[in-house]
Amino acid sequence: MKIIVCAKQVPDTNEIRINPETGTLIRDGVPSILNPDDANALELALEIKDKNPGTTVTVVSMGPPQAQEMLEECLAMGADEGILVSDRAVGGSDTWATSNALAAAIRKVGDFDLLLGGRQAIDGDTAQVGPQIAEKLGLPQVTYVTEFELEEGGKSMVVKRALEDGFEEIRIHTPCMLTAIKELNDPRYMSISGIYNKDKDIKVWNAADIEVDLTTVGLKASPTNVFRSFTPKPKGKGVMLEGDTDGELAQHLVDDLKRKHII
Amino acid sequence: MATENLSDYKDIWVFAEQRQGKLMNVALELIGEGYNLSREIGADTKVCALLIGNNIDDLAKECFEYGADKVYLVQDPLLENYTTDAYTKVITDAIHEYKPEIVLYGATHIGRDLAPRVAARVDTGLTADCTHLNVKLGSYIEYAKENTTLNTDNLDPNDPDTGLKMTRPAFGGNLMATIICPRTRPQMSTVRPGVMSKRERVEGAVGEIENVNVKLTAADIRTELIRVVRETKEMVSLTDADIICSGGRGLGGPDGFKLIKEFADKVGGVVGSSRACVDSGWIDHSHQVGQTGTTVKPTIYFACGISGAIQHLAGMQNSDIIVAINKDPEAPIFEVADYGIVGDLYKVIPEIMERWDAE
Repeated sequence: MKIIVCAKQVPDTNEIRINPETGTLIRDGVPSILNPDDANALELALEIKDKNPGTTVTVVSMGPPQAQEMLEECLAMGADEGILVSDRAVGGSDTWATSNALAAAIRKVGDFDLLLGGRQAIDGDTAQVGPQIAEKLGLPQVTYVTEFELEEGGKSMVVKRALEDGFEEIRIHTPCMLTAIKELNDPRYMSISGIYNKDKDIKVWNAADIEVDLTTVGLKASPTNVFRSFTPKPKGKGVMLEGDTDGELAQHLVDDLKRKHII
Repeated sequence: MATENLSDYKDIWVFAEQRQGKLMNVALELIGEGYNLSREIGADTKVCALLIGNNIDDLAKECFEYGADKVYLVQDPLLENYTTDAYTKVITDAIHEYKPEIVLYGATHIGRDLAPRVAARVDTGLTADCTHLNVKLGSYIEYAKENTTLNTDNLDPNDPDTGLKMTRPAFGGNLMATIICPRTRPQMSTVRPGVMSKRERVEGAVGEIENVNVKLTAADIRTELIRVVRETKEMVSLTDADIICSGGRGLGGPDGFKLIKEFADKVGGVVGSSRACVDSGWIDHSHQVGQTGTTVKPTIYFACGISGAIQHLAGMQNSDIIVAINKDPEAPIFEVADYGIVGDLYKVIPEIMERWDAE
């Protein structure tokens, strides 16, 4: 099988702090990581490769040149090839424009059986780029995939899709797009031999290389724009209850809630 | 990719998501929000429910009773269950035929599968997981002054523009952004369940029904739905709960949720959890409150042994009353709590339970 995985390098949002003076993000010293859901997508691709010799896994990403580090990590985990779309012309793209650029890059890679991605990236949390790439490439999709099984020697598959109140079981034929969530698997670590194997290739493509229509990518082409950004106002501090015993503390709480007719 | 005549687009549509013939709560919340926005736009703007399925005529009545002016009813045996391909096609066709100005979807697993697909096919913008919507700049300024640190001095409250202003959290709730879609129509967003308010139900309310012509064949649907399973696991309706008792890492282990469950049973609430406990496998994900879990706004939120990571706060800080119980007086949760108790939750909670019903 030929598998393409879409992956994004993201700041580790658990480490991000806000400058209270300016209301801006402090990104200094914040590590960049392979987006967690994308790691699950890559793990699925590598598991398929483990069981089906001859399978190739290509990772496609879009971002600044330093995103190559993330692609190196993907190669060290076991991917065969990494491609980074990097060009100022695609900078500032919203999800619609991003999907146009990535769809163009994937077309350039050529035929494939399976396109995988994470459900969403932790910096934007939109979950939109996967389905939008699928739409631009005319592929059927299943999102929120938690289980996966190949059928008919890889021509179709049965997947489980998580719902809030249960799940769906869906059969889908190749070529198709699936998006992964963390329940799908536990991503492997990079292997030592993978880290030291420098034979594998990372290609960096610009907008001309992917032959994308420049009126469909970048900030200006994006249908959505950021009107304003800001930080939420911290809620006013309440009262710290005082009391000599736990019983007294509890009594003060219950009394006050009753006095205010909350209970 | 600009839309040619923006003024041809009228009305607010809500994707009235139903599963197995039952409307999702978020659909009714969005009809309520759409009602408010439509009245703010004025000029005969209607709030319309887009109801898709098979044999679901009776759900139209429910949409009217919760405030819809009109229902676009799309029925076909091929629409019985949700499929990406069928629903994308009928919604895209309906958008092209009727030209709505705004389309809102619940940010459910189905809404988040469907809306981006529709946006890519219609070539319009989509904003994910919104927590606040405005049309008039005046009301946006009021919202921003009350809830945010945004400097609104250079915004004109009398600006006649009624473009949709879609506010959403980013970077794990650390930052908020307001997104606009100025050049294409419809303006679309997915909206977090539990954030908007339903209108008071008006029994017997009626409205106009438009039966939408369906152009769909079995070949349009490229996936085969083998089965839909509703899991029998205990349903946690965090979004509807009046009282939530949530446990965090301070419980010390999975057994701590036994006390939280007793507490919840006593006060008539449901059990919530921080992400840390879910990640440690102490409790099922369905209980998780926060940025990657459920957004809640109960009357009372008890945060027990929860330190208050920003991702958790993003999902519960709109609760009416927050009670925090934590051993650590420096825990960030106390910054948002209305009542803070520094103490051992295993001692404090039983004392609260003992006094809860006492006169």
